[in-house]
Amino acid sequence: MPDANSGLRAAGPGAGRRLDRRPTQGWAFFTDTSVCIGCKACEVACKEWERRARLRVGPARHVLRTTPGALTANSWRHVAFVEQPRPAADAAGSAAPAAGPGPQFLGMPGAQPPGRGTGAAGRSDFRWLMMSDVCKHCTHAACLDVCPTGSLFRTEFGTVVVQEDICNGCGYCIPACPYGVIDQRRGDGRAWKCTLCYDRLGAGLTPACAQACPTGSIQYGPLDELRERAAERVATLHERGVPEARLYGHDPTDGVGGDGAFFLLLDAPEVYGLPPDPVVTTRDLPRMWRRAGLAALAMAAAAVAAFVGGSS
Amino acid sequence: MSTHPPVGERFRRFRSGRGGGEQLTVPPAEFTSYYGRPILKPPVWKWDIAAYLFTGGLAAGSSLLAAGGQLTGRPALRRAGRVTALAAVATSAYFLVNDLGRPARFHHMLRVAKPTSPMSVGTWILTVFGPAAGVAAAAEAVAWLPERGVLGLGRRLLPGAGRAAGLVAAATAPALATYTGVLLADTAVPSWHEAYPELPAVFAGSALASGAGVGLLAAPCAQAGPARRMAVAGAALELWGVHRVETRLGLLSEPYRTGVPGRLLRAGRSLTAAGVVGALVGRRSRLLSGLSGAALLAASVATRFGIFHGGVASARDPKYTVVPQRERFERRATGG
Repeated sequence: MPDANSGLRAAGPGAGRRLDRRPTQGWAFFTDTSVCIGCKACEVACKEWERRARLRVGPARHVLRTTPGALTANSWRHVAFVEQPRPAADAAGSAAPAAGPGPQFLGMPGAQPPGRGTGAAGRSDFRWLMMSDVCKHCTHAACLDVCPTGSLFRTEFGTVVVQEDICNGCGYCIPACPYGVIDQRRGDGRAWKCTLCYDRLGAGLTPACAQACPTGSIQYGPLDELRERAAERVATLHERGVPEARLYGHDPTDGVGGDGAFFLLLDAPEVYGLPPDPVVTTRDLPRMWRRAGLAALAMAAAAVAAFVGGSS
Repeated sequence: MSTHPPVGERFRRFRSGRGGGEQLTVPPAEFTSYYGRPILKPPVWKWDIAAYLFTGGLAAGSSLLAAGGQLTGRPALRRAGRVTALAAVATSAYFLVNDLGRPARFHHMLRVAKPTSPMSVGTWILTVFGPAAGVAAAAEAVAWLPERGVLGLGRRLLPGAGRAAGLVAAATAPALATYTGVLLADTAVPSWHEAYPELPAVFAGSALASGAGVGLLAAPCAQAGPARRMAVAGAALELWGVHRVETRLGLLSEPYRTGVPGRLLRAGRSLTAAGVVGALVGRRSRLLSGLSGAALLAASVATRFGIFHGGVASARDPKYTVVPQRERFERRATGG
């Protein structure tokens, strides 16, 4: 990979000469959507801390306005909210595992409210998915690679941060991001995104969103430790009959070298507005420069031929 | 806000034939998305950048024309090429600075040189090309300078400096014309990224054709022979590249064939063909040559805007992000 991109998390030769602080793989977010209740405390905490969003309305009204919403230059955490029909097989599977073919005894009318005896999963034919989305702080970050001013940089914590005094608003990072995270702020012109609370990390504090999360959905810690914790959590959920639980962005061999903010999801990534298989665009850059070189040679040759060949 | 599908709608099916009833070879894609919203942020670049793609290419093409005229003794081609190259590169600089969110900070581009950022590479290419094109064009004003004094010194030095600068500009020109292909391709925008093998060729061809257009417009028929041959070569490269982009990418070719980008690229193709035919047929007609030159320039504008807006359209629709990635994911999962 290009040099500018290999961050703290990069393994292999050369990794050792970088800042060798603990934890060696940088600090990270693990967002476990299976316990997210969609309260948006993370969104509000982020804005309260940053004080840059200049909310003209109170947090409550802001919260109402951001469904379905997206990550923007002013919203660095965003809670995605999906209501979807629970597939019949899924509902039946968890509600009545003993149900077989043929006539069934539906049971006597009970004294309890319906569903109390069958567990939470069997009570309804729909479900709510909530996910607090955030900048992924990719190991191979396209925004950082393509930034022509050096405004985007890799911090000593392994995160990717915009230096607002350097950014000149060229906008290149915005279409480069495979997740559609970084955005230009209107009236300001510069690019903005989650800094993983660079200022708080420097003071040894937990990022504001993780600090405010009341359910432990947003977890913050050393990347390697969080990956272990996430693998255990998925295994637990699978045991408990939630086969759709899966990790997203945890794999260091994926197209972006693993995310510094990864997720436990309960459906396909695109349901939450995440790309199913993101790849850092600069992976193909050497091939792109080769093609450009070929085209440049062809152009020069054509110009020479135009003047040398022919009689008029 | 009122046009959102109701909360909970999971599948968003795309009707075939949206965008003008054109024939699609790709079956309508079924995919999941978050309220049909784009996953990527579309480029925030305004039309300045599409216009820069044209003016940058024009500067490159006309500086090659100028150097050829300089080396083979065709003063009309040299003069037209040098003046156009300076005008085009100055306009390019305006477009590029104007598109910045913070134009006053344009010089922050010069803080670093980063091969991983095509925009940084382009900045340095322009930093070499711009002054060279300026000196070469200034040398054309020599006849107006007095023979004595400080300006008289310029009269003696400028022709030589102009020749050297013209060659420097021409040597940089192919890089200037083709790096913009990498600039667009090195993004997550699906239809730009997947077109990375062809975009530099499209832009190189378009730059050659527009430079040739300047020669056809400005030079008398006796000197315009090289411009005609440049037009043919440029048009061939451009038509081949655009055809590949429109047909090779499967679903991701669709944005280049439908809607406004499709119309622009079709217009570009027609104008290119007309320009080449006119340039070849109108060998002895000043009027026909001039019209052909104008058609080639218009073709280059249409092609650049078509490619630009095709990419933007592909970023605005989650279909172009989700479907190819999902296919790649499934292929990897099944293929091991």
